[in-house]
Amino acid sequence: MNFTLRVWRQKDSVSRGELVEYKIQDVSEDSSFLEMLDILSENLVEDGKMPMAFDYDCREGICGMCSLTIDGIPHGPESGTTACQLHMRHFKDGQTITIEPWRAKPFPVVKDLIVDRSPLDKIIQSGGFITTRAGSATDANTHLIDKGTADYAMDAAACIGCGACVAACPNASAMLFTSAKVAHMNSLPQGKPEKHRRALAMVSTMDGEGFGGCTNIGECEAACPKNISLDVIAHLNRDYAIAQVKNFFKPSA
Amino acid sequence: MRHVFNFLQSTVGRKYLMALTGLVLVFFVLGHMLGNLQIFLGAEAINAYAYKLHKLLPASALWFIRLFLLICIAIHVWTAVTLTLDNRKARPQGYQKKQAIQATYSSRTMRMSGIILLSFIFFHIAHFTVRSVPGMKYNEPGVISKKVDASNDFIPTEVPLVKKGEAVFKNGQKIMTFNVHDMMIAGFKSKLVSLFYIVATGLLCLHLTHGVSSMFQSLGIRNSFWRVRLDRVALVYGWTIFLGFAVIPIATLVGILRADPSGGLIANAQVHQQEDITHKLFTQEVTLK
Ligand code: SF4
Ligand code: FES
Repeated sequence: MNFTLRVWRQKDSVSRGELVEYKIQDVSEDSSFLEMLDILSENLVEDGKMPMAFDYDCREGICGMCSLTIDGIPHGPESGTTACQLHMRHFKDGQTITIEPWRAKPFPVVKDLIVDRSPLDKIIQSGGFITTRAGSATDANTHLIDKGTADYAMDAAACIGCGACVAACPNASAMLFTSAKVAHMNSLPQGKPEKHRRALAMVSTMDGEGFGGCTNIGECEAACPKNISLDVIAHLNRDYAIAQVKNFFKPSA
Repeated sequence: MRHVFNFLQSTVGRKYLMALTGLVLVFFVLGHMLGNLQIFLGAEAINAYAYKLHKLLPASALWFIRLFLLICIAIHVWTAVTLTLDNRKARPQGYQKKQAIQATYSSRTMRMSGIILLSFIFFHIAHFTVRSVPGMKYNEPGVISKKVDASNDFIPTEVPLVKKGEAVFKNGQKIMTFNVHDMMIAGFKSKLVSLFYIVATGLLCLHLTHGVSSMFQSLGIRNSFWRVRLDRVALVYGWTIFLGFAVIPIATLVGILRADPSGGLIANAQVHQQEDITHKLFTQEVTLK
């Protein structure tokens, strides 16, 4: 297959970037999107140019490192699929494909298609944990969790922290990511004791990092490679309000 | 106080305020629409309704309600403006190519519909509540108000309050009331004004089709099961409000609704006459057979 690629190239975080057009030929329809970029990089090196810089690690859809906005959609047109799991057979032969990095103020471009996503880590650091000593694993069935709750928490925990929700959101909001973490931990018995503190802290960090607010448009859910549902955002909104009220009437120390 | 401030600063807290004030306004527009629709019951009904609203409630209560609604609008707009500014700041550099995956038209145009609606609300209050839009026919005799001889002031034309086709008396005097019926019809006689009202209520429909479902999400009382259903409720609600409001200017323009300077007395007399005629026709027909 042959493609015309319009790719974002940017030397470093301070330089101005631009879309550069490349032609690429004889790409196998079974190659993944990242493999296609590998071929592009090889061609570039042969021509004595800088290879493409883009993030990846597992290449099997579980690490959340790959972060490409493909034709205006984070992770590309296939729903529930990371860019590394997207195959070229989903594109038309001869098509022009535009590839850009995630765009959000908290995600500055480091180089080409690589952005700095450490603000998501800061959100996790502020509340995405439990403070009991985990120690060695407890016996199974010490904490009884009904199937519905376990499934719900598991679905929320599927978030791989890729940031596609931020990239897709017209407001660059990190609500889906933050809510997935809050919903995951707040619904399980181990996380419940700290649910209010967690909701308050993670929202406050999220706002502080400069992400936008949620306008309930749902682009995040549609772009999410793990199909995290908007339900988790409603969950966070609920827990956050209850936490604020509790906080308000808390006896002063 | 620190907590309240903290809540108001957060994106989630402001969305709460937006949803709660939105809820108040959603109920208000429904009540307003139902009140308006009484115009189809004739001048008698809608004038009596306006009379009840303005005279039976103590003036302080009316002002309290007005103030409360204005404050709701102010909070709704304030949250919208500050959140929009924050959201803009969150993406200083946009995409060269961007595709909406599934976002609805109404959800993407909330700001546009909101801004036009706000300007409409200003116009509407000036038009029908304060009644001071220049160029509007407020001073036509028998329509809205008549000129007082000496000064240049206008006083509203009062019509008798009518009940069951008869003027209502209190202490031997006719109760007089403002002719809301004719004020609306005079206002909608202008094609331009009517068009603005229809377009504005159309935008209200658009605003509501996202807003009515979205407010449940912001308050944290929605899930995937209810989302589809609430989206449908919002769509039906938006269209109901649109049709309920827009039908009045349309009916005025096509001549179904007509001015009634008597405030319902003459119209009722005509209806009585007509009833008599049909009654006669009917009896004649029976006798012919
Ligand atoms: S919620 Fe989905 S899109 Fe957002 S970071 Fe997690 S996996 Fe990625
Ligand atoms: S590279 Fe790990 S998810 Fe794509």
